[in-house]
Amino acid sequence: MWERISEIIRKELIQSLREPRMRFMLFLPPLIQLLIFGFAVNLDLEHSKIAWMDLDNTPASRNLGAAFASSRYFEVVALPDHEEQVQNLMDHSRVQAVIRVLPGFARDIERGKTAGVQVLIDGTNSNTASLVSNYANLVVVGYAAQVQAEQQSQQLLTRSPTAPVGGSVAQVNARSRVWFNPDLRSRNYFIPGVVANIIMTVTLMLTALGIVREKEIGTMEQLMVTPIRPIELIIGKMIPFALMGLVDLVLVTVAAIVVFHIPFRGSALLLLACSMLFLMTSLGAGLFISTVSHTQQQAMMSSFFFTMPAFMLSGFTFPIRNMPPAIKAIAYVNPVYYFMEIVRGIFLKGAGLQAVWPQMIFLAVFGVAILTLSAWRFQKRLD
Amino acid sequence: MNLRRTGAVTRKEMRHILRDPRSLTMALAVPVLMLLLFGLALSLDVDHIPTLIYDADRTATSRALIEQFRGSSYFQILGYPDNYKAIENAIDRNQILLGVVIPPDYSRRIESGKEADVQLLIDGSDSNTASIALGYAQGVVQLYSLDLRSQGQNRKGGLAARKSPPVDSLLRVWYNSRLESKNYVVPGLIAVILMIIGSVLTSLTIAREWEMGTMEQLLSTPLRPTELVLGKMAAYFVVGIVDLSISIGCGVLVFQVPLRGSFLLLVFTSCLFLFGTLFWGIYLSAGSKTQLEAYQMAMLSSFLPAFMLSGFVYAIESMPPVIQAVSYLVPARYFVVILKGIFLKGVGLDVLWLETLFLAGYAAVIFVLATRRLKQKIT
Repeated sequence: MWERISEIIRKELIQSLREPRMRFMLFLPPLIQLLIFGFAVNLDLEHSKIAWMDLDNTPASRNLGAAFASSRYFEVVALPDHEEQVQNLMDHSRVQAVIRVLPGFARDIERGKTAGVQVLIDGTNSNTASLVSNYANLVVVGYAAQVQAEQQSQQLLTRSPTAPVGGSVAQVNARSRVWFNPDLRSRNYFIPGVVANIIMTVTLMLTALGIVREKEIGTMEQLMVTPIRPIELIIGKMIPFALMGLVDLVLVTVAAIVVFHIPFRGSALLLLACSMLFLMTSLGAGLFISTVSHTQQQAMMSSFFFTMPAFMLSGFTFPIRNMPPAIKAIAYVNPVYYFMEIVRGIFLKGAGLQAVWPQMIFLAVFGVAILTLSAWRFQKRLD
Repeated sequence: MNLRRTGAVTRKEMRHILRDPRSLTMALAVPVLMLLLFGLALSLDVDHIPTLIYDADRTATSRALIEQFRGSSYFQILGYPDNYKAIENAIDRNQILLGVVIPPDYSRRIESGKEADVQLLIDGSDSNTASIALGYAQGVVQLYSLDLRSQGQNRKGGLAARKSPPVDSLLRVWYNSRLESKNYVVPGLIAVILMIIGSVLTSLTIAREWEMGTMEQLLSTPLRPTELVLGKMAAYFVVGIVDLSISIGCGVLVFQVPLRGSFLLLVFTSCLFLFGTLFWGIYLSAGSKTQLEAYQMAMLSSFLPAFMLSGFVYAIESMPPVIQAVSYLVPARYFVVILKGIFLKGVGLDVLWLETLFLAGYAAVIFVLATRRLKQKIT
C-alpha cells in the first residue's frame, strides 16, 4: 500500500514541478499576494488631506489653523474662500475634509460664548471619515483647553495681579499604553492574517482543481484501472499538496519577517504544528469540492463560494465583534477564524501552547470531520 | 471580420454556459453572495468597546470620571476589577480591548491642583479598532479635564463659571451622512463582482479549449482570432450584464444605497469596464495552456488588484507611494471612483470624464492585445 502511495506522490510531484512555468505558479502567487496585501491593507490614517477655510481671519482663528497644520494627522492642501471651491474640492475627492471657521469666531471666544468650528467631512469612506472626525475633534478640544487656560489665567491676573497662578490648575491627562503593537501599525495585524489566508487558498485550489482536472481530461479512468485503491489515491494526492502548502507557509512567513519586519514572538514549531492541523481542513474542503464538481470551472466557482465567506468571516480586516448575531454564529464555526487567532497570537503575542490549545482542538476536530466526510464521498463516487 | 462567424462562436459559447446550469447559477449567485457578505457582515464601525476600569482611588472624584465612560455609547464596561493583574489577563485572553486605570493618588492630586494621570491600556493588535478606540477614550478624558479645569479654577479664582467649552466642533458629513459602511462598500463592490465574472470566469474559456484539445477543431474552421475573441466576449458579456443588474438592484432595493447620479451613465460606464475586464480574461486565457494556470493568473492580475488596490475598501491615500503609483494601472481604481461618484456624490461626466475615458482606452488596448496574442499562439 505504501509503495503505491509513494508512486502517486512521485507522479504528482513530477507533474506539478516538471514545467518551470508551473513551478513558478506554485510559489510566486503567494509571495505577490503577501506583497500586495502587506502594502495595500493599511487602515492607518496619517496626513489626511484637508482644506482650511478661514472666514474669520483673526489671530485666534489662525492659531486654530496652525494647530491643524501641525497635527501629524492632517495636511492642509487647499485654502478655499468660496462655497463653490469647497463643493469642487469635495466632489473631486481632492480633500477628505474641510475645516471652516465662521466669521465671529474670535468674538464669540472673547465674549465667553462657544465658538463653532465647522468640520465638513467626506463620508464616502465611512472608516476614514470616522477617523478624521475623531482626530479633528481631538485637535479642536486641545485648542479649546488651551484657550480656556489662557483666558482664565488672564482673568485671574487682572483680578489679583499678585496672586500666584501657575501650577495650581487641576488637569487630567490620558497616558495610553498600547500592547502587542505599540506603534499601532495595521500591517502587524494584517500580515499574519494574510499568511493564514494564503495557506488556505493555495492548498484548497490545488486539491480541488488538481483532482477535477484528472476527471475532466479523463486520466482518472486510467488511474482507476490500476490496482490503486481510492484511499491510497487520496493520501497520495494530498501529501504533495500539503507539502507545497507548508513550503508556501515557510516562504510567506520568512517574507513577512524580512520584508515587513513583523515581530515573530512565538514558537516556529508551534506555528508549523498548527498549520498542519489547519491543512487537514483546507485539503478536506478541496477534496469535498472535487467530489461535487465535474469541470474545473465548477470547481473554481465552488471554491470561491467556500473561500470568500471563510476569508471575510475570519476577522481578517473586519472585526467579528461588529457583525450581527446570525453572522457571528457562522464566524464562530469558521476554522479560518481559529487559525487566524492562532497565527496572530503566535506572531504578535508570543502565544504558547497553553494559550492556543482550544483553537487547536477545534481545528483538529473540524479537520478530521471534513476529511472523513470527503474521503467517504470520494470513495462512493468512484465505486 | 465576419458577423455570422462571430455570432456562431457566441451561440456555441452560450450553449456551453447554458448546458452547465450549476456554473451558471453560481456565476449569477456571485453578486448575491458578495453583497450579502459585505453588506451585512462587514462593518469597521467601532462602538461598544469592551472595557474594564480599575479604580484604585475609589473616591467621588474618580467615580465622576468613570461616569463619563459609562455615559458614552462607545464603551461597554464589563466590570470593575480591584487589581491591575485582572486587566492584563483580560487583554491577554482577548476579553477586552481597553483597560482604564485610575491611580490611587488621583483625587488627591486633583484636589491639590496638580496633574493627574489616567492610564489607558489598549490591545493594539487590531490597530484600526485600537486607534479609533483610543481616540474616543482620549476625547472622554480631555473633555472631562476641560470641565474639571473650569470648575476648579473658577472656584479658586471666584470667577463666574463657564458652562460650555470655548470652542466646539460642529460635524457635518457629506455624501454618507450617517457614516454607514454599506454605503461605501456596496458601490465599490460592483467593480469587484464584475472583475470576478469578467476576468476570472472568462480566463478559463480559451484555456479550456487548449486543455481539452478542442482548440484544434476551432482552428480548422475559417474562424479568425478577432471573431473568436469577440464571439466569446459577447457570451460572457451577457452574463456580466445580468450580474450587473442583480448588483445594482440588490444594492439599491435591499441595501438602500442611495443612487444620486444618472442611471444611464452608471450602465454606460459599467459596460465599458466590463469590456475591459472581459478582454483581459481572454488575453490571459489565450496565453495559458491549463485552466489552473489561467485561473491563478486571473486571480493575481484582476481579482486581487480590484480588491486591494482599487480603493474599494482600503483607502489608496494610506498606501506607500510606489503602490499608489501601481494603483493607477488598475482599471478598477477608475471604475470605483466612478461608482462612488455616481452613487454617493451624484456627480456626472463633467467630473468623471477622465476616468470614463481611461476605461474606454483600456478596453480598446486590451482588445488589440488579446487578439494579437491569440494570433501568435495559433500560428
